[in-house]
Amino acid sequence: MTVKIYIPRDAAAIALGAEKVAKAMAEAIGARGLDVVIVRNGSRGMHWLEPLVEVETAEGRVAYGPVKARDVTSLLDAGLLEGGDHALCLGKTEEIPFLKQQTRLTFARCGIIDPLSLDDYQAHGGLTGLRHAIAMAPEAIVAQVTESGLRGRGGAGFPTGIKWKTVLEAAGERKYIVCNADEGDSGTFADRMIMEGDPFVLIEGMAIAGIATGATKGFIYTRSEYPHAIAAMAEAIEIARKAGVLGPSVLGSGRAFDMEVREGAGAYVCGEETALLNSLEGKRGIVRAKPPLPAHKGLFDCPTVINNVISLASVPIIMDKGAAFYRDFGMGRSRGTIPIQIAGNVKHAGLYETAFGLALGEIIDHIGGGTASGRPVKAVQVGGPLGAYFPRALFDTPFDYEAFAARDGLIGHAGIVVFDDTVDMLHQARFAMEFCAVESCGKCTPCRIGSTRGVEVADKIAAGIEPEKNRELLADLCNTMKFGSLCALGGFTPYPVMSAMTHFPDDFKPVPVVEAAE
Amino acid sequence: MNIHQPRADIADTTLAIVEALKGLEGPLLPILHELQEEFGYVPQECLPVIARELNLSRAEVYGVMTFYHDFREHPAGRHVLKLCRAEACQSMGGDQLAERAKRLLGIDFHQTTPDGAVTLEPVYCLGLCSCAPSAMLDGEVHARVDATELEALVQEARR
Ligand SMILES: Cc1cc2nc3c(=O)[nH]c(=O)nc-3n(C[C@H](O)[C@H](O)[C@H](O)COP(=O)(O)O)c2cc1C
Ligand code: SF4
Ligand code: FES
Ligand code: FES
Repeated sequence: MTVKIYIPRDAAAIALGAEKVAKAMAEAIGARGLDVVIVRNGSRGMHWLEPLVEVETAEGRVAYGPVKARDVTSLLDAGLLEGGDHALCLGKTEEIPFLKQQTRLTFARCGIIDPLSLDDYQAHGGLTGLRHAIAMAPEAIVAQVTESGLRGRGGAGFPTGIKWKTVLEAAGERKYIVCNADEGDSGTFADRMIMEGDPFVLIEGMAIAGIATGATKGFIYTRSEYPHAIAAMAEAIEIARKAGVLGPSVLGSGRAFDMEVREGAGAYVCGEETALLNSLEGKRGIVRAKPPLPAHKGLFDCPTVINNVISLASVPIIMDKGAAFYRDFGMGRSRGTIPIQIAGNVKHAGLYETAFGLALGEIIDHIGGGTASGRPVKAVQVGGPLGAYFPRALFDTPFDYEAFAARDGLIGHAGIVVFDDTVDMLHQARFAMEFCAVESCGKCTPCRIGSTRGVEVADKIAAGIEPEKNRELLADLCNTMKFGSLCALGGFTPYPVMSAMTHFPDDFKPVPVVEAAE
Repeated sequence: MNIHQPRADIADTTLAIVEALKGLEGPLLPILHELQEEFGYVPQECLPVIARELNLSRAEVYGVMTFYHDFREHPAGRHVLKLCRAEACQSMGGDQLAERAKRLLGIDFHQTTPDGAVTLEPVYCLGLCSCAPSAMLDGEVHARVDATELEALVQEARR
């Protein structure tokens, strides 16, 4: 019988040598005349174990990792094909605690199936949600998404069903579904993992959105920094089109929906929805003033749903299992599951999907296993470059939109970056301002000029020049940016800056070394 | 390499690319990407052709091109090394790695080595934040880049 060996094609696995492992494995299999197929799956999300090689046995999948090309011979010698013992053997994949404790709804298939096999996708429950949707009235689909409690995973947490309802009710010959796959936040990679590991779930989610709102055309706008995701999505769209999942009659429903992938060009601000729409139209990625909302006048002035990858990829399971099934997970007004991305200086880095509500400290200390360097955790930044830095004192904060907001933070796209005690928070505050200056679209003064002034003021504090006065000035500047900016780039840059200053005041009082020495 | 010299056929190639992509909705970014793929940068000579074919002003096309970090007005080196400068990579020594790269190459970010071999560019996140610090050499991704791997990358690029 043919044995299946899984070697991920996820960019993180590739960046850690998965191509070399796959090549060495193929050669060794050939040389030994073994009856094996190599499946290039997505990642399971345990990135400290990548490249993670799995073999399918009668008892289930057995994992080995992290595997290097030079390990292939000894793995095969140890009886890899039967799940044989080896120093790198991790036992059954599903029993690895990091994976076992998760609730995988959106990422149910990621790392398990061949991402570009529509058969594999359907064998694991794929397209059931779309089939249900086709049999329903658009209003009923929208109602089901609304009742699930799904909120936008791009950062703002706006209820997805309400957005869809606005587009459904908007008059327009032509409507669009735009998927925001610009994922520019440091510490985030969930969108990338879905596009590389289960692209059909995004296609299915977008097709459902189209059928629910009357939109016939979709765009996935992603980053040029994601070449593997772009290639996987383009290939999956082609396959879906050939199979009639996309096209003039979606699954024979008589309703049309098709889509394409578009590539950004290295501008963080193009993740902001209106800048993204301008960019798609071929313009500079400048933020538009709202109203009009994209739902009324979006792409090419047509009614447009713009949703994050994870928002859209969570819809198929809602349409498959029902609104109540999804809503039953979570806490407060944060319903369902959230793929938490644990990154930076942390031992067990990767993607962890779970119901909302886990305490931040639980995620970092227990799931993440503390820092990779073995030093104490000093700070974590949650929600990307516009998210606040939290000290250990706030580690009891539950992972929930409102709980984070109550502590002057945000969960954003659910990325967490861990820093050990060597981090200098003044330096991080300066970087936040610098990043804003580099990426500002330039439309409003507080953001464009304020961020540059912010860098200068941070430098003065670091140099010990009138620190008291300059700390006040920095706070003042943050206040101006917070209330005077059109979008969240200028408006939220104060989060990392002010949280650094509030929670780590010692780092803003540098010792005046030079004077003391003389 | 001939892509570094002005090419007589730039206008013709541009026209062919514009013709092929102009039917897309919002064709300008795809066109600019394709031109950069073709020439390694977006030559000045392309702009009037694009402007004419898309019925835009030349200033509009130039404005769009210069807005985006990706598009180059001038040729890059034979190899492009991008180092991630964002937070997750910082937490794993990205700043020190960047300093090391600058020293090894003898250039700063946005510069090209005098022999035209390597251009060093910053990038803000490659989505490899769980295996930081990360880098991209000519489109190939590398994670958990330490001093040894950086040297290997630089050497590869130097060739
Ligand atoms: C500067 C800036 C960058 C953003 N980047 C992203 C991004 O990369 N991905 C994303 O989904 N949303 C991003 N957003 C949020 C979007 O504007 C928008 O809220 C989101 O696409 C809506 O989709 P959702 O409701 O599904 O979350 C960004 C916002 C700002 C202000
Ligand atoms: S806050 Fe900054 S990025 Fe946002 S619209 Fe204003 S200038 Fe542009
Ligand atoms: S590549 Fe220069 S900032 Fe994005
Ligand atoms: S922060 Fe460097 S890869 Fe994301």
